[in-house]
Amino acid sequence: MVFITAVTLGLISSLIPPGLAWADEQTAATPNTAALARLHLLIPGAAGGGWDRTARGTGEALTKAGLVETVTYENLSGGGGAKAMAHLIANTPQDTLMVNSTPIVVRSLQKVFPQSFRDLVPIASIIGDYSVIAVREQSPHENLPDLLSTLRRSPRALAFGGGSVRGGTDHIFAALVAQGAGLDATAVKYIPYDAGGKAMAGLLSGEVQALSSGYSEVLDLAQQGWIRILCIAAEQPLSHAPDIPTCASAGAPGATFVNWRGFFAPPGTSAEQARIWQNLLKVLQTTPSWAAVQQRYGWVNLYHPGDEFFKVLEAQENMLQGLLSKLGFL
Amino acid sequence: MLEGLATGFTTALSLQNLAFLLTGCVAGTFIGMLPGLGPMTAIALMIPIAASLDPVAGIIMMAAVYYGAIFGGSTSAILINAPGVASTVPTALDGYPLAQQGQAAKALRVAALASFSGGIIAALFLLLAAPTLAKVSLAFQSSDYFALMILGLVCVAAFAGPGGMLKALLMTVIGMMLATVGTDQTQGIPRFTLGSVDLIDGISFLLLVMATFALAEALLNILGKTGASGRTLNPVVMGGDRLSKSEVRDISPPVVRSSVLGFFVGLLPGAGATIASFLAYGTEQRLDRKPLPDKDKQGRQPFGQGSLKGLAAPEAANNAAATGSFVPLLTLGLPGSGTTAIMLGALIAYGIQPGPMLYVSSPEVFWSVIVSMWVGNIVLLFLNLPLIPYIAKILYLPRQLLMPLVLFFSLVGVYLVSFNTFDLFLMILLGLAAVAMRLLDYPMAPMILGFILGGLIEENLNRALLIHDNSWAFIWERPLTLTILMLALLVLLAPLVSGLVRRKHQTPAD
Repeated sequence: MVFITAVTLGLISSLIPPGLAWADEQTAATPNTAALARLHLLIPGAAGGGWDRTARGTGEALTKAGLVETVTYENLSGGGGAKAMAHLIANTPQDTLMVNSTPIVVRSLQKVFPQSFRDLVPIASIIGDYSVIAVREQSPHENLPDLLSTLRRSPRALAFGGGSVRGGTDHIFAALVAQGAGLDATAVKYIPYDAGGKAMAGLLSGEVQALSSGYSEVLDLAQQGWIRILCIAAEQPLSHAPDIPTCASAGAPGATFVNWRGFFAPPGTSAEQARIWQNLLKVLQTTPSWAAVQQRYGWVNLYHPGDEFFKVLEAQENMLQGLLSKLGFL
Repeated sequence: MLEGLATGFTTALSLQNLAFLLTGCVAGTFIGMLPGLGPMTAIALMIPIAASLDPVAGIIMMAAVYYGAIFGGSTSAILINAPGVASTVPTALDGYPLAQQGQAAKALRVAALASFSGGIIAALFLLLAAPTLAKVSLAFQSSDYFALMILGLVCVAAFAGPGGMLKALLMTVIGMMLATVGTDQTQGIPRFTLGSVDLIDGISFLLLVMATFALAEALLNILGKTGASGRTLNPVVMGGDRLSKSEVRDISPPVVRSSVLGFFVGLLPGAGATIASFLAYGTEQRLDRKPLPDKDKQGRQPFGQGSLKGLAAPEAANNAAATGSFVPLLTLGLPGSGTTAIMLGALIAYGIQPGPMLYVSSPEVFWSVIVSMWVGNIVLLFLNLPLIPYIAKILYLPRQLLMPLVLFFSLVGVYLVSFNTFDLFLMILLGLAAVAMRLLDYPMAPMILGFILGGLIEENLNRALLIHDNSWAFIWERPLTLTILMLALLVLLAPLVSGLVRRKHQTPAD
């Protein structure tokens, strides 16, 4: 089915006229910054995926807030983002930003593509989805310490499902929790599914006992009482969900992990141009149209501009390098 | 429930929503008819329009586009052997020979009626028990999916065609091998990509179907040969499209069986309409008591040469499965196919979160979608039946015009997916290989089956083994897995056993 999904998603992307998707004509009063004439967003994956949603949601908010006159989109999927990256570096297109997320770091480390974020100009991260560990409602594990003590007795007693391949973000997070709790990260039993939804079906069917996923993906079934979120990988509990403990406080120190989403410019972009874009995204986060999009998709703001973003990337790369080589994926 | 149903009817039958339903049906049918463009394209085209509507109207329209495209999709499979969607590959097996025998109109009629029945029967199940059926969607674990795919693979005998079993098995293996190209689903390691970025995502399903069916068909036509049997195209005789009473009696049981089968396969997020239609075709071929070499007394054709049953079964099953796939989508928020994944995206964009609470929190959405399935199927039937004679006239187009059009649409359809010229070269290469193989009577359907099932078998088996710490014990420890595997074994051995029994019975008599 993967093939079919890929086909589908590619199709939609190509067929939706740029700028039309989910946007209407309504334009809010222009804030103080002068509006940019155009912005082209390069999406390394197919339509309907996380990257696509981020780019189109951001674009929608930008145009509705009157910050950019026209936003166009281009889906260039292939090679887990390799194709879009190569395109951006080779052709350095004008007025173009590429959306990307944590997997860019993972895939560079794993040599899926030869380039890394260092070959691009990081503009800013804009949102973040914190990883969570969740179990079924009827699970005997009431909280993270429960789950960890089971693992401590028998590391292979619990299977973690996730929507990424082995060595991908969901696997990394499950390993990170085990490592934080002082367990052997390599002993974690991780079961890969080809999408987050399939992994959720695996959890609900009882095939796997725990789920490693993103907060936004599990939110709804958690609210409806089908699953229980044991911990979230943020540094502080989220303000709108104070009841969910952080993994670090619940027995897995150091298990903080955020799947950031952000934008990159082609190499050779001038510092001045980069600042214009950074400012654009900063102003965007104060607008009501952004708040609307953000609420619709359950996004958490995570704005790190320029150099700060670069440092976040370096820190994440460092952490991943250690963990992935321990797990045998490098 | 009755209250909800009433809400659904009043909402779905409002003048405005009916108008959108009709628009959706027409647009979907038309887009679905073009070879290379299927329900996904159709829905994608509609998203910008649907986005400007209120949620209920938008969802009703997109659902209508979906059924419309499935409905229309069988047309290109029947008339020009160019299935635009995976699930209509089995439709072409008997539909196309019928069209070649001058019975295109009848074939289209059977397809329309079977799809209609499949849709209606499935919508009835959905209406009665959607929330309960969610449990069925969750009953299947990886090992059960593995067993189900093995059962599907065993059906390959049904698709052997004139080339015989050995060639069918060879093609199945080739299909499974093609499925291994690309990034492996569990470890994320690229396999058989020859170092090319273009192959990292694997070979797209649409590309393979378009290359081996539409493209190869057009090329064979140019060579003056057509059809798996190498027969030349008959001068088109339209023939009446009326079905005799005995024909209706003949196809009714397969339609009902396939609808039920299709619906339940559709419920499973890991299976889907394609597997449903292949399974239905395989089942009916097995159940068909008279595998006669040629037409029997009543003028019925054997499977693969224009059997009305062989046409009706997959059509009923794929439409029923499409409806069934709304169960995990609406009640659990789990999309089972690419198409339902898009629908899910659209629902979320409207601010509707499908899930166990949907029919409590947004009853008008839940019920009007279900009611719109009924209304949509009825609209489609009445829309399409009168049009059949005109649609069938596509075959009157001179070959010099029709074949280039087929080439054009199939190439453009594939290019529109990826915007990658590499895909076009790959498609031409595969198309040429398919021409050579079809001239030698190698059947294409088993390859498609192997391609679909190969990836799923590997993925689910891999997962089952990981979960059970590389022990194969799940085969006998999980009753569901064991049952399905036993069923597969039964299907595999049944012809051998019945052959032996027949021989024993016959020997003393002779």
